Amino acid sequence: MANKTAVQATINGEDVEFLCEPHQSLLEVLRDVLRLTGTKEGCNNGNCGACNVILDGVLVNSCLVLGVEAQGKRITTIEGIAPPHGLHPLQQKFLEHAALQCGICTPGFIISAKALLDHKPHPSEHEVRHWLAGNLCRCTGYDKIVRAVLDAADVMAVEVSK
Amino acid sequence: MQAFEYIPATTVKEAIAILAREGEQARVLSGGTDLIVQLREGRRKVRAVIDIKQIPEVNELSYDPATGLQIGAAVPCYRIYGSPAIAAAYPGLIDAVSLIGGVQIQGRATLGGNLCNSSPAADSIPALIAHQASALVMGENGERRIPIEEFCIAPGRTQLQRGEILLSIHIPPVSPYSGGAYLRFIPRNEMDIAVVGVGAWVALDQSGTTITAARIALGAVAPTPLYVPESGAGLIGKLVSSETVAEAATIAQAAARPITDMRGSAQQRSHLVGVLTRRALHIALKRAGYKSA
Amino acid sequence: METPVAEQAKATEVSVEERHYNIIGTRPIRHDGADKVTGKALYGADVRLNGMLYGKVLRSPHAHARILSIDVSRALALPGVKAVVTSADLATLDSVVSRVGEGAVNWRYLSNNILASDKVLYHGHAVAAVAATSLNAANEALNLIDVQYEPLPCVITAVQAMRPGAPILLQELRTNELGARGEIPTNIASHDQNMRGDLERGFAEAAVIVEREFTTGIVHQGYIEPHTATAVWGTDDQITIWTSTQGAHDARRQVAEVLQLPVSRIKVIPMEIGGGFGGKTVIYLEPVAALLSWKSGNRPVQVTMSRFEVFAGTGPTSSSVIKVKMGSASDGRITAAQVTMAYAAGAFPGSPVGGAMSVILNAYRMENVQIDGYDVVTNTPRVAAYRAPGGTNAAFASESVIDELACKLGIDPLEMRRINGAKEGDRRVDGPLIRRIGYLETVEKARASAHYQSPLPAPSTPGLKVGRGVASGWWGNWPGGTSSVSVIVNNDGTVNLIEGSTDIGGSRVAMAMQLAETLGLQAADIKPMVVDTDSVGYNDVTAGSRTTYSTGIAVHKAGLSIIQQMRERAAQLWDVESASVDYADGVISSKDNHIGFKELARKVGDGDGNVVASISISPNGDGVALATHIVDVEVDEETGKVQILRYTAVQDVGTAIHPAYVEGQIQGGAAQGIGWALNEEYVYDQQGRLLNGSLLDYSIPTALDLPMIEAVIVEVPNPTHPFGVRGVGEVPIVPPAGAVANAIANATGVRMTVLPMSPQHVLEALWTQGNERV
Repeated sequence: MANKTAVQATINGEDVEFLCEPHQSLLEVLRDVLRLTGTKEGCNNGNCGACNVILDGVLVNSCLVLGVEAQGKRITTIEGIAPPHGLHPLQQKFLEHAALQCGICTPGFIISAKALLDHKPHPSEHEVRHWLAGNLCRCTGYDKIVRAVLDAADVMAVEVSK
Repeated sequence: MQAFEYIPATTVKEAIAILAREGEQARVLSGGTDLIVQLREGRRKVRAVIDIKQIPEVNELSYDPATGLQIGAAVPCYRIYGSPAIAAAYPGLIDAVSLIGGVQIQGRATLGGNLCNSSPAADSIPALIAHQASALVMGENGERRIPIEEFCIAPGRTQLQRGEILLSIHIPPVSPYSGGAYLRFIPRNEMDIAVVGVGAWVALDQSGTTITAARIALGAVAPTPLYVPESGAGLIGKLVSSETVAEAATIAQAAARPITDMRGSAQQRSHLVGVLTRRALHIALKRAGYKSA
Repeated sequence: METPVAEQAKATEVSVEERHYNIIGTRPIRHDGADKVTGKALYGADVRLNGMLYGKVLRSPHAHARILSIDVSRALALPGVKAVVTSADLATLDSVVSRVGEGAVNWRYLSNNILASDKVLYHGHAVAAVAATSLNAANEALNLIDVQYEPLPCVITAVQAMRPGAPILLQELRTNELGARGEIPTNIASHDQNMRGDLERGFAEAAVIVEREFTTGIVHQGYIEPHTATAVWGTDDQITIWTSTQGAHDARRQVAEVLQLPVSRIKVIPMEIGGGFGGKTVIYLEPVAALLSWKSGNRPVQVTMSRFEVFAGTGPTSSSVIKVKMGSASDGRITAAQVTMAYAAGAFPGSPVGGAMSVILNAYRMENVQIDGYDVVTNTPRVAAYRAPGGTNAAFASESVIDELACKLGIDPLEMRRINGAKEGDRRVDGPLIRRIGYLETVEKARASAHYQSPLPAPSTPGLKVGRGVASGWWGNWPGGTSSVSVIVNNDGTVNLIEGSTDIGGSRVAMAMQLAETLGLQAADIKPMVVDTDSVGYNDVTAGSRTTYSTGIAVHKAGLSIIQQMRERAAQLWDVESASVDYADGVISSKDNHIGFKELARKVGDGDGNVVASISISPNGDGVALATHIVDVEVDEETGKVQILRYTAVQDVGTAIHPAYVEGQIQGGAAQGIGWALNEEYVYDQQGRLLNGSLLDYSIPTALDLPMIEAVIVEVPNPTHPFGVRGVGEVPIVPPAGAVANAIANATGVRMTVLPMSPQHVLEALWTQGNERV
């Protein structure tokens, strides 16, 4: 294909180089070029949060970022947040609280929640709901998701204080 | 998405040169939250996308109590509300920037983009107008400054001429006994486009009881964000009271030219202009130091 | 969906007393969970095959138009384009109706919905599709397909479509009028009626009569995963399809009918599914992807819908107009009810008006009643099932009227429901006798709840109004269909559970728990998996709240077979009669011996004949579900905005296998119902074009729009399931709209008769009814 640009980025801690066309979104690059299909497409329009990733520490919709814009950036996707042989506390709490049903929105929620806790380790319920309002879930009614995030925050606070 | 050339410009001059050369065929990319959607849906067709995020000047965000607030065109919303000094000085602006899209949109979206996208329902524009903000624009022939209320000329169209780029938005320093507010009405609590938006700004005399200056601007009730000078002018010299505020709201309602679309009816919008103007003024007055009896 | 109940189903009945379970009622972590929280789980659109092409579908810009011609030559000439298909590539099918899943399908209509033939019947109707080497090329090719249309006038609502002289969608359609075929072309596909008693006498006995007309808009299931299908038409003419479906076998059957191929030529591989709520029981893309693969020289083709295509091109649920007239004696006894309801089916017949006719009054004893239901075609997408199809609109109407009667009589709304609530032995409005249900238990539990017992909160801001509403809901469930499972005992003592029922919200763990309970093992000892259509017996769709019930029965039966085999193996080992070997809690024992399940499995090993069981059942049981919801709202009368402050959902679930996922179903259903109640609705322009086909403008609730939703589980075991299970998924969406409407009435004195109760509609109601407040 014409006009492919070489892009270097750090994805989930690994230096990655890929080729992409200018019109390809970061979401397309992740899913189709790098085959990191954990990041999901729900609307391709910035309205559902299923494709959320963390870009240089900032939560973004990867469908609203061009792949070429990733040049020199650090990107964290759902595939990159668990420690080796384990789960991130958010992942663990989502399981314990049954905070997922179909699971398609789950990666986006976990990424958004991670960005929240990175930014604000002790959020209130309202803050969790506000921060996650850009992530749509149609299965759970959000109840168990919010509980899982609050619980993970508590667990992480204990881990930090240890 | 349609094919285009991606140009990461590193200087203002470079960006201007491309804009001058390509005209309508080039579009500036900062946060991309509008542009990328428009390109994907074919609502906008371009040959070149100029990414300005590597240009130092447009990334500047500076606040000085003496000179005011300068927001570079590529500064995303989260940086604005993330600054405690700015948040304390301009709560009315923060009202707007903290409700554009959701958190992940605010990680990318910029006030510059909100302005240049020129949507009638843009959340930041009524707040900027109320705060008497201006846009600094640079072209091949130098700079010019445009009051925000004159910046948008039609849905999706602005004062920017061929070869011109928005560099920054400037908001005057905070005067004592002044306060601003932005309210929008949406059916959900987040993630919606404004059915109506109202930006209000007031200044009081030293006693905190008489209005000395006021500005009201409306969103989503005209082809462009609408400055309603007569609504603010009617408040000047008056003692703060519910009646005074209600009068200003009625004037704002009269100025609105809403239409019926999928987000609301003309009648509903007209009614909401009154409600939101009144409520926004009350918040602004409170922030200006007015203490209700 | 309703199945006539089942007096004949006694054979499946087992006695369920108060039982103690080891596994059922606990909350183990779901087996598929780790993959889902780490991004490893593969959904339909995650399939990546070598040489895969991208397909896209061209859709009608018109709501109603005749297709004069389609010229694909320019599209085919575009570099990268490998194939184009239109309805000319599909056989013309006979107009034959078959049962598929919970509903009936007319094969010709299904085919015409997948690719329009002579006419397009809604904005978004698929017309052609292309496959190309890149998504961009495929999209560009769509612009090069030249379709000539002759636009026709359109009808969007049932009321418009039923008017004399309305544009006719389907020239051959005749009304099925109470069983008799009509003679003139019409948009009314059918008129059905349920009646009993003497309406006139019933209304004469009434002290109070309320009569209202309700209208509701079109709403979409709103699953977050768009439809997708990937197909390879092999050079051996075997077709493999990876897809996101609520029923792989049903998908296979539909593809086979549309392509006129034997089912054995088609293998459907169900991927993880990103939500369905009924909307993924019908096929759209699968035959298109298969044909594109064939025409492109057997290359894999993936077709994934955009979000707009999901809204415009897949089945939402019906808009409706419902008239309810109900009378009550002064003691609160409902003396008569008359209902007339018209549901818009979209482009082809098949609205859920039948389900609505049973939902609307079945929760109550009704002596004098008449319900008339009309199924009407309109120039909108052909509806698909959506969680208790038809139920939310119906209960919105009936629960509002019952609430108003209670108000007028000064009776507590839950007391009103207690007075009239149906119980075992009563006759349903739609005919059958009611068996053991827990409706009155939900009412009592709601009345006793902390929520109902607490006073209304003060408004968050002076001037706002707060109110409380309740509503109940009935859903018949579909305790039938076929479920097949295979069970294999591994030589390490774990057990593979091979299913064909789509796991849409945690059913793998619920199946594993039922097998673990049966075998006396832990849930983690069971390895549940959903496999392709070649690898397990037939399974009906995961729909109608049937899976944990029906597939659960199959799992239980397979477990019993495993127990029998393990007893026989132990008998051989110990050289005793198998009749003398007992099995309890995972321990096999005889007089002198005992051995654990795992140890025996190890001893038996693999070389001596595997211990396996395969079961296929069609239970045809019963399992009606009932729910009662309570909601507190705050209404801003200046803006019309309604905020949900507190929500409690009480539901009879029979037996909760995994309570967390049962609560999840209740919370999720309530949330969808709240979205429907408050903001969700398709908006069309005058030409019938859908205006709000995005997740920005079609407003489903966000986390900030909802409070915690308290799910209160009532367990009245279902006697037709070995563990007492009732389907739980659907009924929680039935009460919310009625409950919210009643809360708004309580707060403002204004009765809402339109869904959604959006700010605009609430404001308009306040303006027009403001002076009639009660």
